[in-house]
Parts: sequence; structure tokens; C-alpha cells
Amino acid sequence: MLALREIEKSYPLAGGSLPVLKGIDLNIAQGEMVAIMGSSGSGKSTLLNVLGLLDGFDSGGYDLDGVDMAGLSEKQAARYRSQFLGFVFQSFNLISFKTALENVALPLFYQKVPRRERQKRAMEMLGKMGMDDRSDHLPSELSGGQKQRVAIARALITSPRVILADEPTGALDSTTSTEVMQVLREVNASGITVIIVTHEADIAEQCDRTIRLHDGVIIEDGKSGEVVEPTARGARSQD
Amino acid sequence: MMGLDRDRLVELVQVVVRNPLRAFLSALGVGWGLFMIIITVGAARGLENGVKADMGSDVSNSMFAWTMSTSMPYKGYQRGRYVEMDIDDVHWIQANTQHLDLVCPEVQLGGYRGTNNVTRGKQSGAFDVHGAIAEYPQVKPMNITEGRFLNEGDLAGERKVCVIGSRVKDILFEMGEEPLGETVQIQGVIFRVVGVYTPKGNDEDAQNEAESIYIPFSTFAKAFNTRGRVGWLSMLIKDGVDAEEAEEATKQLIKARLSIHPDDPRAIGAWSMAEEFQKAELLFSGMRLISLLFGSLALLAGVIGITNIMLISIKERTKELGIRRSLGATPVRILQQIIGETLFLTLLAGLCGLVLGVGLLEAVDGYLESGGDAGVFRHPEIDFGTILTVLCILLGMSIFAGVLPAMRALAIKPVEALRSEG
Repeated sequence: MLALREIEKSYPLAGGSLPVLKGIDLNIAQGEMVAIMGSSGSGKSTLLNVLGLLDGFDSGGYDLDGVDMAGLSEKQAARYRSQFLGFVFQSFNLISFKTALENVALPLFYQKVPRRERQKRAMEMLGKMGMDDRSDHLPSELSGGQKQRVAIARALITSPRVILADEPTGALDSTTSTEVMQVLREVNASGITVIIVTHEADIAEQCDRTIRLHDGVIIEDGKSGEVVEPTARGARSQD
Repeated sequence: MMGLDRDRLVELVQVVVRNPLRAFLSALGVGWGLFMIIITVGAARGLENGVKADMGSDVSNSMFAWTMSTSMPYKGYQRGRYVEMDIDDVHWIQANTQHLDLVCPEVQLGGYRGTNNVTRGKQSGAFDVHGAIAEYPQVKPMNITEGRFLNEGDLAGERKVCVIGSRVKDILFEMGEEPLGETVQIQGVIFRVVGVYTPKGNDEDAQNEAESIYIPFSTFAKAFNTRGRVGWLSMLIKDGVDAEEAEEATKQLIKARLSIHPDDPRAIGAWSMAEEFQKAELLFSGMRLISLLFGSLALLAGVIGITNIMLISIKERTKELGIRRSLGATPVRILQQIIGETLFLTLLAGLCGLVLGVGLLEAVDGYLESGGDAGVFRHPEIDFGTILTVLCILLGMSIFAGVLPAMRALAIKPVEALRSEG
């Protein structure tokens, strides 16, 4: 489903450039539930942005569903995002002046789905998240867990093949985190690939596969639970 | 490109409603600009209408000519000869002109000398007595309030009948007295009143006109022994003929008939309404242009205000735009959204200004109609064509106002936008 070959990326800095990804090789199959772990500065968020076509890369290759993603125009990237990918963010990224229902329906708006159908599908999706009674609430009137459910509903509304989640539980307490992870597991059970960026080991443990990133390279890749804490192995942690 | 479905409208309204004070303040400039355009253009029109109403007593294609003394010797005549036209000359000019529709001979008695020349019983007054022909009202329109004007029969029969101005009636007749059929004495000659008129317009000229009496030209010649002498000509220029050209051609025609040197600058005097109208028209179109120009500049200032506020808004909404991009919004959709918001704000503001401006004009118009006095100011209005022009200017400006913010919005990469705080 997703295949990265020798991905390199650096950010320009005054007087040089800062390499962030230093040759990432990665294959993720349809239906996997993957955690990408790493300390801050390890490049995990950048990797997610590259996977999510939100950011480009300097060299290497990226195939999404067998299509080469190198050198996409903004418009093409937007189309692939809207067709294949759903995003869940740490800070929820709901649009503050739109109701839960409007937020969930927004991706369909950009897919030019007729209004009536948008409303219907958004309502169904909120129902699946147990949020149908909050459909006309603004994000400011929802709790953190509820916001994240709305955000997940929004990510799922376009029936994406891959959900990319950037620290989805980072702003939530442990009970709510568990609930949200439960939701993501259910999403994965329906056949959607789920990729979660996290620095919390217990979140990674709830995934099937864990990829550990350090200084822009993959240092470990294996079944969750078998990939151990870097601190336990004496690696430097910058958390 | 802008399929305006309900959700897009909701989006636009949400953006405006989210920050109503800011929307109002930024819209104020544009609304004010449009308001100013409407008011200044309307006021200019009001002035134009007022002035034109005063000129209303004169027909726009009328022309007048008179004879004076020559300043050049010609065909054996010496310079300084006082030339006179008679009724035969008038007929000849009428027959030979290519520029005129109507040539009315006119001759006058009394006037500025101010002696009482008209009496009725014990009443008397000093009035202008004109010899004219039946077609005269075509050149100098008047409202016949009682009876009729002179007709062909009066002229052919050299009848001793007269048409009197409203002031003449007021002076010579008692209140409520019926003047038709009554007689007045003009320099001892008895004339029967067949009509009463009021002049059109309300300027000084019209005041004077109300103190005039018209009698048949033929009767005038006989009764006052002027032997067909013509005081001056009142003429109508043919439609589509240039006034200046008609004036020059007519002067030459008169000069040829009266053996005056073709280059003599003094012998014939002439004056044409059309030239005055052209001058006034030029002045008013200049005023219209200036009010439109200055209004547009005020509008431009408002539009720049909108651009400014949109730029700030884009900056603040960086994150929101990033979210939209991550949810599949293409650059074109973002562009549409930003330009749409700008257009919405500008047009809304513009329409408010328009409605207020037109409303004020209507209110002033209503006040003036109901008897309010504003001097030479009448019926301020703005025509639909001007409104359309202004709306086109507004539309163009608002697209222009949206381009810069939209470009700024597009320059934001989704990933940067998401990283931004807020």
C-alpha cells in the first residue's frame, strides 16, 4: 500500500541545511496498524507529513497504492489526500467556528459531494463514533475525547485507505486515550491501514507493528512489544 | 467557477459573522466610498436638472438673429449703414435655407422705455408688445392657460386680437374677471383678448415674458405703421444640424439678401440656445466625471482597507487553511474561498452604501417635491446605467482586492499551516 525507498529530506537553515530524514526504507501493507515511535527531533512527524503528502521530499521514491508520488503538483496532492488519506492530529485541528457535523462533512465538500448526501453521511459517521447527539455543537463545547472522535469521524468520512494519526492521544488523559485507541483499532479492523505517530510506548504497544526512528533513520522495525524502549537499551532519549 | 451552493454561502456568512466588528469596520470604507459616489453623482444630477429646468423655457435648437449697422462697405454701400429686414426677406430666407425648420419674424413695441402703452378702462401698464406669427410657441414654449394662441386666420385677416401674459392679466383685470373676449387698448388701438399664457421656466427672462402681449405680425405692421419691418428672427435649427454651422450659414444667407459684405463681423447678430446647451452639457458631463472619479478614489481607499483586513485574516487563519488543505481542498478551492470572501464582504458593503445613498437621494427628492426649497437644485437622481457602471467598478475592485490575500493564502504550505499555532 505504502512504499518508501531511500527517502531523504532536509530543512534549509541559515548557512546550510538540517537533514531530518536520512534514507528511509519502509513498506506498509494494506490493513496494518503501525506505530511510528521516536523522540522529538527524530523525524517522525516529518515522516508522517511525507506519508500524508503534506510535505515533499528531496530524494528517494514514494509509491502510494502503486502510484509514484514524486513531483506531485499541489492539486494532485490534494486529490490523493482526499482520495486515500485521512488525518487525525494531536490538537484535533477542528475548525472552531463550524459545528461537529460541518467539520465532519468538510472533506466531502471538497470532493464536491452534494449537500444532502454530505449531511447524511456525516451524521452516520458521527453516529458510528457515538457522537450523533453532539452534531450541532461547536468544538469549544466538546471535551478532548469528543473532539478527537469528531476528528476521527472527519478522517473516515471519505472512506480513506490509510489513516495517519499524529500523536492522537497526546492531549488526552489516559482513560480517554484508551477509548480513542479503541476507536482506532476498530477502524483498523474494518480494513483501513492506521499509522500512528507517538512517543508513548503504551500507545505503540496497542498497535501491531512498531517502527522506531532515531535521528532520521529507522533503527528498529518489528512486532509491537518486541521493540523495546530505547532507554532500556541505553540509547539516548531526548524526551 | 463559482457554483454558489448553500454551503459556500454558509461558509461566507460564517467568516463575516465570526468577527462582526472587524467585518463592519473594513466594510465601512467600501460602503462609504459607494455612498459618496451615489451622493455626488446624484447631487451633480440634481444641479443639472435644476439648471435645465430654468433653461426649460427655451427650446434647445432655437436660434435668434437680428440686424445692426454694417462695418464694411459693400456693393456701393458705405460702412455704417443701418440694415433692416422686412417680411419679404423673411419669406426669402425661409425659402432658401437648408439649415432651418422654422423662421419666425418678430417685432416689438414698448419694452424698456417703460411708458404706459397699454390701457383698459382705468388700468394701464407698460408691457412688451410683440408682433408674432402662429408658429411662434414652437420656438418659445408657453402654457396657454385660457383661450388660444394666435392662429393663421388672425394673421391672414390682420385681426386685432391679442394673447396676454399672466402678469398683464393680473394688472389690467380684476381678480376673477374673465379676460377672454374683453378688449385692451395698445397705443390707442383696440385689441380683443383671445388667450392668456404663463411662460415656462422661472428665471428672470420668464418674469419678463409674463408681462408681454402678442398680436399678429401682420396686424402689428398695419396698426403701428412698421411696414413689415422685422425686429429679429426666432428660428428652429433642423434636427441633426450643428448649431454653429447653422448660425454661420444663416448669417451668410441674411448678408447675401441684404447686400452686406460676407466678412462683415458686426452687421448681423445671432445667438443660439444649442450652443448654450452644449456648453452646459459639457460642464455637467465634466461634473459627472469628476464625481465618479473622486467617488471611485474613495472606493479604492475602502477596497485597500478590505485587502489589508483580508491579509491579516489570512495570517490568523493559517492553521484553518492548513486543515482545509489536509482535508483535500485544492489550491483552486482555496483561491475561490478567499476571493469569494472578499467579494462577499465588498459587495455587501457596497450594496449597503448603494441603498443608503439612493435612499438619501430619494429622501432629498421627496423633500424637494413636497415643496422644500433648495435654490437651483431639483430632482437629484442617479440613473440605472450609472449604478451598473459603479457596480462594475466595485466588482472589478473587489476581485482586485481579493487577489493579493488569495496569493498569500496559496503560498502557505499545508504542513507549515498545520504547524502554526492557533
